[in-house]
Amino acid sequence: MKALIALEDGRIFEGTSFTGPGEAIGEVVFNTSMSGYQEVLTDPSYTGQIVTMSYPLIGNYGVNPEDMESAAVHPKAFLIKEYHATPSNHRSRATLAEFLQQHGVLGVEGFDTRALVKHLRTRGAMKGVVSTVDLDPASLVQRAKDSTGLIGQDMVKIVTCREPYGWADGRPVPGTDFTTAQPGIDQPLKVVAYDFGIKYNQLRILTELGCRVQVVPATTAAATVLAMNPDGIFLSNGPGDPEGIQGVVENVRALLGKKPIFGICLGHQILGLAYGGSTYKLKFGHRGGNQPVMDLTTGHVEITSQNHGFCVDMNSLDKEEVELTHINLNDNSVEGMRHRRHPAFSVQYHPEYAPGPHDARYLFERFIAMMRK
Amino acid sequence: MPKRTDIHKILIIGSGPIIISQACEFDYSGAQAVKALKEEGYEVVLINSNPATIMTDPELADATYIEPITPEMVIKVIEKERPDAILPTLGGQTALNTAIKVAETGALEKYGVELLAANIDVIKKAEGREEFRAAMQAIGLKVPESAIVHTLEAAMAAADTIGFPIIIRPSFTLGGTGGGVAYNRQELEDFCRSGLDLSMTTEIMLERSLLGWKEFELEVMRDRNDNVVIICSIENMDAMGVHTGDSITVAPAQTLTDREYQEMRDAAIAIIREIGVETGGSNVQFAVNPADGELMVIEMNPRVSRSSALASKATGFPIAKIAAKLAVGYTLDEIKNDITRETYASFEPTIDYCVVKIPRWTFEKFPQADDVLTTAMKSVGETMAIGRTFKEAFQKGMRSLETGRFGFGGDGRDRLDHLDSEDLEQGLRVPNSRRVAHIYEAMKRGFTPDRIYALTHIDPWFLHNLRQIVDTEGRIRERGFQGLDRDFLRTCKQQGFSDRQLAWLTGTSSDDVRGLRRQLGVLPVYKLVDTCAAEFESYTPYYYSTYEEENEATRSDRRKIVILGGGPNRIGQGIEFDYCCVHAAFALREIGVESIMINSNPETVSTDYDTSDKLYFEPLTREDVLNIIELEQPEGVIVQFGGQTPLNLAVPLEKAGVKIIGTQPDAIDRAEDRKRFQKFLQKLGLRQPDNDTVTTLDEALAAANRIGYPVVVRPSYVLGGRDMRIVYTDQGIRDFMAAIGIATLEHPILIDKFLKDAIEVDVDALCDGRRTIIGGIMEHVEEAGIHSGDSACVLPPHTLSPQLIEEIKQATRAMAEELGVIGLMNVQYAVQNKVLYILEVNPRASRTVPFVSKATGVPLAKLATKVMMGASLDDLGLMTEVEISHWAVKEAVFPFDRFPNVDTLLGPEMKSTGEVMGIDDNLGLAIAKAHLAAGGRLPQSGNVFISVRDSDKPAILAIARSLDEMGYMICATTGTAAFLKDNGIACEHVNKISQGRPHILDRIQDGEISWIVNTSLGKRTTEDSYSIRRAALDFHIAYTTTVTGAAAVVTAMQEMKRKAIGVQPVQYFTRSLQ
Repeated sequence: MKALIALEDGRIFEGTSFTGPGEAIGEVVFNTSMSGYQEVLTDPSYTGQIVTMSYPLIGNYGVNPEDMESAAVHPKAFLIKEYHATPSNHRSRATLAEFLQQHGVLGVEGFDTRALVKHLRTRGAMKGVVSTVDLDPASLVQRAKDSTGLIGQDMVKIVTCREPYGWADGRPVPGTDFTTAQPGIDQPLKVVAYDFGIKYNQLRILTELGCRVQVVPATTAAATVLAMNPDGIFLSNGPGDPEGIQGVVENVRALLGKKPIFGICLGHQILGLAYGGSTYKLKFGHRGGNQPVMDLTTGHVEITSQNHGFCVDMNSLDKEEVELTHINLNDNSVEGMRHRRHPAFSVQYHPEYAPGPHDARYLFERFIAMMRK
Repeated sequence: MPKRTDIHKILIIGSGPIIISQACEFDYSGAQAVKALKEEGYEVVLINSNPATIMTDPELADATYIEPITPEMVIKVIEKERPDAILPTLGGQTALNTAIKVAETGALEKYGVELLAANIDVIKKAEGREEFRAAMQAIGLKVPESAIVHTLEAAMAAADTIGFPIIIRPSFTLGGTGGGVAYNRQELEDFCRSGLDLSMTTEIMLERSLLGWKEFELEVMRDRNDNVVIICSIENMDAMGVHTGDSITVAPAQTLTDREYQEMRDAAIAIIREIGVETGGSNVQFAVNPADGELMVIEMNPRVSRSSALASKATGFPIAKIAAKLAVGYTLDEIKNDITRETYASFEPTIDYCVVKIPRWTFEKFPQADDVLTTAMKSVGETMAIGRTFKEAFQKGMRSLETGRFGFGGDGRDRLDHLDSEDLEQGLRVPNSRRVAHIYEAMKRGFTPDRIYALTHIDPWFLHNLRQIVDTEGRIRERGFQGLDRDFLRTCKQQGFSDRQLAWLTGTSSDDVRGLRRQLGVLPVYKLVDTCAAEFESYTPYYYSTYEEENEATRSDRRKIVILGGGPNRIGQGIEFDYCCVHAAFALREIGVESIMINSNPETVSTDYDTSDKLYFEPLTREDVLNIIELEQPEGVIVQFGGQTPLNLAVPLEKAGVKIIGTQPDAIDRAEDRKRFQKFLQKLGLRQPDNDTVTTLDEALAAANRIGYPVVVRPSYVLGGRDMRIVYTDQGIRDFMAAIGIATLEHPILIDKFLKDAIEVDVDALCDGRRTIIGGIMEHVEEAGIHSGDSACVLPPHTLSPQLIEEIKQATRAMAEELGVIGLMNVQYAVQNKVLYILEVNPRASRTVPFVSKATGVPLAKLATKVMMGASLDDLGLMTEVEISHWAVKEAVFPFDRFPNVDTLLGPEMKSTGEVMGIDDNLGLAIAKAHLAAGGRLPQSGNVFISVRDSDKPAILAIARSLDEMGYMICATTGTAAFLKDNGIACEHVNKISQGRPHILDRIQDGEISWIVNTSLGKRTTEDSYSIRRAALDFHIAYTTTVTGAAAVVTAMQEMKRKAIGVQPVQYFTRSLQ
């Protein structure tokens, strides 16, 4: 089924839907990971976006129940070069097309995805419409232009949990106040995790490392969190413009210095805002599993998994208060920081990987150590 | 960390001659390393015996020792040069093994030399099976159940606990030589015998067979700051059981989820750390159980490898260059990524295309060898193809192979429809060089991917993709030419279908398809290989074609020339031609003309993005080349450097209106067409051996009798001496005609008088259309009848008279000028009874061009390029010919040890894979060096066994006498023994095999023989003496199969007794000429 992809600047690509009819509007971004499409699709940070994979052959290993990073598919559409309908992998339980259809997400293949990536690289991430219904390029471009986009929007409220939950046996379990325990693991530490669009692997790793995790909605009040008396507070990743989020930054600010805090991605940006800084939008963002980050404290380089379109502006922060700890070696952008007075640190990238290299998993251990202090 | 300043002079060890499992990928990595270290201001010393390499170009290293890569010679180089450090990880297993042996002598401590990148403990930990096993267990990784044994008895005992099938891997050998899969005790015993023999440490590992498991490789790099990155993942299409060098491989891995891939990545990183490779690249091989994902580590190579060369070409990340910089102290984050210029080497390349590597075998050269693929590598070359889909890359790879195929079937070639289903299933079950053809046939017969999977263990993902190609083929047939609309044609092209396939499937011509494509606008675009999937702008023009929307290749406004490379290596066309293509690119750079390289061989220097101004990694077919030419609009195309592959394209390209620069295709035709060539020689008053062209048996018999036996017979349509035979009788003619099958008028049989006991001479010359310069005259050591590529040769001629040399020069000049050669020309002469015969004229670069250039210091290929671009020899200052006062000897290297059951006798069909050079002021020592460099031995004492045919007996006398004088003991079988005794030479009689034990084989096995001279002619004696020659090979005993070769060895032995062998850099010899 023919599908058109229209960008707000007028560029049109023609592909074929491999999931049946559909239409989607969103910010078009690209990801350069060669594996891990299922994790990408289930990463809530892609809410409101249309994702294209630079690697051309997708669907090769199907989808499986273990590699879910949340319960849903978050991008509004998925654009690839060539869809593979006959997956081959012992863990595969369904094809990618079945999975997307089940979640009502449009999948389009059969066009020059490299040209799209190059276009986004040179012109920047932009709004777009993908449709099998409306095949009029002019109309699609207009609708792309007219769409709201991500800037200033609060996307977190769409993906954050409605009710608190805990984590056991590899899945969320409803419950409050650390009532959920993982059998077989000693969980001496209690962590409250703010869900801004949390990826399951953050919960998996915290649990494996001996944390009992209580996930709470994004706007949970600081007092409520402190009342639970956790050993540490975890700020998750999430979608959209950090400056568009309502009712979150002030709570985080109120928690500073009270408990050890570890932030990832959006959680890191929110910390930046809580420290009094600002964020800005990158031209086309970092999305992939090969981004080099240097830990400035050790000089060591780690290959990281990344997915972000916004970035903390280090110049907006007081250097006396906040220390830059990690930088991206490709563009020298901020990848990590630490508060000099409070026990709080954060990274822009994804130490929980999924998908991507495991190089930065040590940061979770650093968080554990901080809580133990 | 910045580069080290405590070291100044670094010795790099090369990999020596091209052999199976060690080919030009090590010239690629070595040349990169030399350049990288020079760039950093280090003084670089190089040892490599292979003259056909770019790395041994005299202007590359500060001192270049074209000397045998043996511990003794390396120590001599160390003594002379006193380097601060040795970099042993860029010259393959040869360099690594040699470095270990040098270290074991204590020479490194003695001279204060440091091993860079990997120390002895690291190498041993990675390569010693037991140490490796223990290391893997220490980091919680699984390795297959196995046992290390040093004796046959222990092997048989271990088999009981491991259970069959069992993989046998000898330790410390090249490319798994001697390994195999044993299904029963008898096979185990056979493999163990040869494996124990081949292992440097008399050690073999028996291992649980993981047959059918998926095989993966990761290329890892580490710096001294412990930063580790993965450059590339590779998935083998062929499952475990087939050597990775013989597997079709695909990058990146296709069937792993991220979770599984990252587990493998973690393992690879843990391994490089545990083994302790301080800096540089390593290759780690894994097996994955398709049923449950269980991961096992198979092996790791703590050095750059064939796979790292492939990974470099597949990703654009120059592993060897970076490895060299890491070795001298840089860290990954300090080295810029050449391609993006802005980012650093401390990242992991990501690619947005699919890469397929397909091996190229030459079983047709070794009819007695089993065409079965095992854990011992047998392929001699490989091709790589890049596409946006696996299907596209795979079909491009198939047509890059130059085996006459134009894709995955659909071209009317190489069908296996005659096989019954049992044979077909057998051909799927047992891996062989025609596996792809078997899969195609099975799919045509409706085998499902599942059924083929059950037989081949090739992952269903690949089979489904191949199935789609076959399905599309069906749709093309159904639609016919009229049904090829724009969308469908695009779909076909996106699946990699060539115009030739489309033409064959629609009953049209490839020109029809091409015309239609152009009319419909179905044209390829070119995408960049940029290490980063377009995330960053890239500056390195390294392209592949695909059928997409956006073209990224832009035509410059400079003068530009396209150079056609040689495609995959095979016997007869190897690194020598790549060397010439690389020199063409260098020459064009020197004169400010843009060079555009087209080639499909990932092992080569020509496909390094640094070599030319633009690189198109593409198949060398008319369609693919024309597409590039249409885009680039070059001033001309160079076809005379890449060997037969581009030469075959000369006429088709010219017909398509492409300008061929240098010698014109008509001149090539004039030299190749028998009739035209005869007239040409007659015109010049030159002589060729009496000959005839026939099409039937009767004609053949008549011609042979008219010419007089012996005659050389061969089919006209094959090159490189394929199927060429020397025939002595009518029966021989009958056998030949029967073996060849029916000749047609189109493909007649050529019969030439065989010039018995003639001396063969090779000449390389350079002509600008008016004047000719002789580059070098080489006298073959072996007599005419042995393929020139297999003969040793001496430069300058050592026995020819000055008059004859002058006659050769004059004939060469006359032919070059008459043909209108602009560029290089090679002539093969034979001298019989002082009469000069012309055997062959090739108006193109020859295999000996690099050898001559190294020996004389005259860069023939570069100069030829400038001549082709319009310069005269005068312009280039080439007024006189270089006369050298030293000796250069070329010796061929053979792959017989890879092919059990194959005779080692030389003949008119070329069998060697590579060559070495010995260079010295003394002829005997130059011969000795060539011999040693080729892996031969020159026993200083002991028993020499002589068994020669009657006609060789007179000639053997002098040899035997010299041996006797030098104190060697001589033994011989009845006939030869009697002859020698009659002539007063003391000699011991040894039984032939048929004469009862103890016979010669027993003596060989007992290690009592140190050199074997064995000649034979005619089928019967050949078979009788076969087992002797094979035993010599299998027991690593020096052997010689020609009298002239034996005489050369004796000369070498004499000189070595007189004079100690020394080392000199090639710059020493060539400097004296200037």
